Amino acid sequence: MTPWASASEVAAAVNSGAQSALATIELALARIEARNGTLNAFTSVVAERARAKARALDAVRADGKPLGPLAGVPFAVKNLFDVADLPTLAGSKINRERPPAERDSPLIARLEAAGAVLVGALNMGEYAYDFTGENMHDGPSRNPHDTGRMTGGSSGGSGGAVAGGLVPLSLGSDTNGSIRVPASFCGLFGLKPTYGRLSRARSFPFVASLDHLGPLARSARDLALAYDAMQGPDPEDPVCVDRPVEPALPGLERGTQGLRVAVAGGYFKRGASPEALEAIDRIAKALGATREIELPEAGRARAAAYVITATEGAALHLDRLRTRAADFDPATRDRLIAGAIAPAALAIKAQKFRRWYRETVLKVFDGVDAILAPATPFTAPALGQQTMMLDGVEVPLRPNIGIFTQPISFIGLPVVAVPVPLRPLPIGVQIIAAPWREDVALRLAYALEKEQVALAPRPPE
Amino acid sequence: MDTSKDLDTLIDVAARAIDLPVEAEWKPGVKAHLEVLLRLAAVVEQFKLPDEAEPAPVFEARHA
Repeated sequence: MTPWASASEVAAAVNSGAQSALATIELALARIEARNGTLNAFTSVVAERARAKARALDAVRADGKPLGPLAGVPFAVKNLFDVADLPTLAGSKINRERPPAERDSPLIARLEAAGAVLVGALNMGEYAYDFTGENMHDGPSRNPHDTGRMTGGSSGGSGGAVAGGLVPLSLGSDTNGSIRVPASFCGLFGLKPTYGRLSRARSFPFVASLDHLGPLARSARDLALAYDAMQGPDPEDPVCVDRPVEPALPGLERGTQGLRVAVAGGYFKRGASPEALEAIDRIAKALGATREIELPEAGRARAAAYVITATEGAALHLDRLRTRAADFDPATRDRLIAGAIAPAALAIKAQKFRRWYRETVLKVFDGVDAILAPATPFTAPALGQQTMMLDGVEVPLRPNIGIFTQPISFIGLPVVAVPVPLRPLPIGVQIIAAPWREDVALRLAYALEKEQVALAPRPPE
Repeated sequence: MDTSKDLDTLIDVAARAIDLPVEAEWKPGVKAHLEVLLRLAAVVEQFKLPDEAEPAPVFEARHA
């Protein structure tokens, strides 16, 4: 097995006995040891725990019992997921003083129940209020395609670890784009499921109205495998829906026949770099998507998402802002203080607009099954970069990274970000589906991957 | 009306009202973010909705 084997290939090898789970995990641990100094993706490696789990899997197999669909697959999680015996950092300095978590998050438990093996926790932007993957406490996660560039954030380590071949699968969180942005900058497949689909219990929150969790991988099949293993109700998360598991894997290879795909125009074309437009063109051509549609008021949706994020985020952190303000990254702190000062009526108005926008966008889905939009306006910027040229105008970088992802997560639509292997740097395209139709987005992603139009490129080393 | 000065006052007074200490050197950053927030909130507000429009979150009075 090379470090570039997919989760599906690893699981097949371990299930068949071609490679033991322990040997698989030792390979991953050695790979992390060799590459993490450069990529800075991991903040904790749980080597002994992983070896114990792998030995247990090998014992089950030796008894002639079946292993799960993710048997022996090493995976890692953004460090806002509770991992038993580790403090849940959420990218912060302050949380280092938290007592270690007593139990794993349910998504970790569900992946491990399917045979996967947790190997560590991953770097992220402070308290997830970030699109860059930089972190002043742990240092920046580095993009494997060019280590002088951003991974994107806030699930930066989740992007770097998978793109760098340290693990085939990671989990991240996405409030305004934090799975889809690193998927785009690092050239990965990323799934942000429907709001309420996957349990967020025992993960450190950011904006309860908008928080989602989901997987990143180097193939669409691996996303579907992980997603199916993590589905199901959870009374510990009041937002998680009481809905039966709707597996995406069985229909993954059904092809694109009968699916109506349109390209988002207007807002989603303004401010996009030539690379972002080239990526959309390639995907649209491959899917025969000639129709262009408008998501009405997308710019206003992005504005409303910004207001809800700043104010709800401020409510979450108000006590820490009062007592520990000096221990925040100043960039996070100043935005949160601004959110605490803004009048509450503005946040409620944004929530009213959110319901209107949802009703309006859902009508668009009467006529289409999926909508294509860029995941980011540009490819990965340099670490520390502050501004960007767009349409010949110099604009501040950070607030512009999420302009295409925010109007989508704002109403919880499921999205698969697929990587388009442009050179020298990849860039992502969002495949946006109607609520609860992750299967449609994954099916299209799989078809695009099969044609090699979407592809997670292997970085240089 | 000097909006810039008003924002300085708002930050001072609102922060004091909610017992949130804001150091002098943080204020330019806070102010810059507050300006963006208020500008974007105004974009949202320009979109008129009826009084009956419900906010997105729904609370259910039931056993968990």
